[in-house]
Amino acid sequence: MSEIFPGGYETPLKAAERAARAEGRVARPEDRQVPANNPGKRIARRRKVKILIAQVVLAVVLIGSWQLLTATKVIDPFFYGQPSGIAKQLGNYFTQGSQATEFGSYWTQIETTLKEAVFGFILGTVTGIVFGVALGTSPFLSKVIGPYIKVFNAIPRIVLGSIFLVAFGLGQLPKVLLAAVLVFFVVFFNAFQGVREVDRNVLNNARVLGASKMRIIRDVTVPSALTWIIASLHTAFGFAIVGALVGEVLGAQSGLGLVITTAQNQFNPDGVFATMIVIAVITLCAEFLLTRLERRLLSWRPPSPSEAAAI
Amino acid sequence: MTALSGSAAPGARIEISGVTKRFLTPGGDIFTAIEDVSFDVEPGQFCAVVGPTGCGKSTTLSLVSGLDKPSEGSVRVGGKEVDGIADGVSFMFQADALLPWKTVLGNVALGPSFRGVGKREAEAAARDWLRRVGLAGFEDRHPHQLSGGMRKRVAMAAALINEPRILLMDEPFGALDVQTKAIMQTELLGIWEQLRPSVLFITHDLEEAVALADRVVVMTSGPGSIKAIYDIDLPRPRGAVQDIRFQPEFLDLHQQIWASLREEVERAYARTAGVSA
Repeated sequence: MSEIFPGGYETPLKAAERAARAEGRVARPEDRQVPANNPGKRIARRRKVKILIAQVVLAVVLIGSWQLLTATKVIDPFFYGQPSGIAKQLGNYFTQGSQATEFGSYWTQIETTLKEAVFGFILGTVTGIVFGVALGTSPFLSKVIGPYIKVFNAIPRIVLGSIFLVAFGLGQLPKVLLAAVLVFFVVFFNAFQGVREVDRNVLNNARVLGASKMRIIRDVTVPSALTWIIASLHTAFGFAIVGALVGEVLGAQSGLGLVITTAQNQFNPDGVFATMIVIAVITLCAEFLLTRLERRLLSWRPPSPSEAAAI
Repeated sequence: MTALSGSAAPGARIEISGVTKRFLTPGGDIFTAIEDVSFDVEPGQFCAVVGPTGCGKSTTLSLVSGLDKPSEGSVRVGGKEVDGIADGVSFMFQADALLPWKTVLGNVALGPSFRGVGKREAEAAARDWLRRVGLAGFEDRHPHQLSGGMRKRVAMAAALINEPRILLMDEPFGALDVQTKAIMQTELLGIWEQLRPSVLFITHDLEEAVALADRVVVMTSGPGSIKAIYDIDLPRPRGAVQDIRFQPEFLDLHQQIWASLREEVERAYARTAGVSA
């Protein structure tokens, strides 16, 4: 074993490792594969693998015991579904083409719900940002309109779905509106707060440098509030999906919400669970895209320690 | 350097006469920040304002910049009453006023860009100014990647790129360590001697005031008013700020002004200590 290190000096970690190896304790083959100058990498990787194994074990235990308990009729699969049944149901949904549901193919239902959620999301986000910036930059406006927005926020907005349904029929519009209303408040409050947190020095500096009101909003206020706004978008998309689904449950001609109510009425819990899984996958995909967008828009930010620990 | 002296904007006179500024607190009380303040800054003069905490130094600056309006009295810049943000005025703050999402180049180019200069032209001017403050090669960095002293240089370039007739500085070097502070002071003097804008410089640091300024205004606290005005007749160019401090004339002036300032500082301290105790 070579005692000469390429760096020409020996760190305490290296020394400990060498001593251990001399005693034959850690003389395993992976010690040779990992470059000796960075034992930290190996420790970090081992930790990652450990976490992954624990996660897989947890899933197997949870789903396995569900399957086991329903198979042995300890709990009734008629009410609680069964993992194997859910898997079969998912298979049926995606293989039976236009026969998959009473209202056409399963993909059409996904498309309907996704369209409603995305349009609602965009509509709610844009109006939320516009109102947030307007009220955040004008103390007078925020004093006047602020209480009304609070009152409106206190209304259980899901109920608005019924009103939209009566007013706009069974099409996609009432769902889009319901999703937009739910998204609006999340984005609005964040945009408002973000605008109010803009550094006064930065604002004054821009004013003294000769910036017009529009330039201040474009170059200072909005970019500054963007951290807040983008943080809200993660929650907001979840709300958009909820809005679209609830709208469909209340009354629709197609969509995942309709699939869920139909499955419910047919005492088919597997159908409900299968659709829930599909919705979860959609939301996770949206979350992934939003995170990419966030990284891109906020690439100027210094890496923060909290980000490393984020889930 | 011919382009430099050719483009230098001449300083403008600042006349502050009988100015009082009152604020309405949220509780409906009236708070007088400064009362009957009068002093002038001659064109191209470097004027420092010293005083205890809370004596309305920053209020005075915001009145000159046009960010705020006086309750009474008048502030005139270049013979014209200040009404809103005046042209040819630049501000440098103690805290960073840089946009963290813009690069160094983008930050410096803001001044001309806000005034409607095209992007390419604004960036060319910004590059030139970054070179002048010794930051060539750092154009694409973001502010958080720079040290405190480097950020100050960026702020200085950003403030000077519009070639102001008036430069307002609110404790610009207050947050810097002693060595960096001295270097920045020397550099500020160098640039000021080339451009000769009128400077109104606020500081807590009497040494800094005497070393840099032609005139030192001492303010009293609560409400702020003028206690005394001293003319500093140390010869110019003064060179490195670190060396001026040991000249006998400097020490003499410093002592005189400190005698006047000390009372105010002690009075203000007793009051704040009394409130917080």
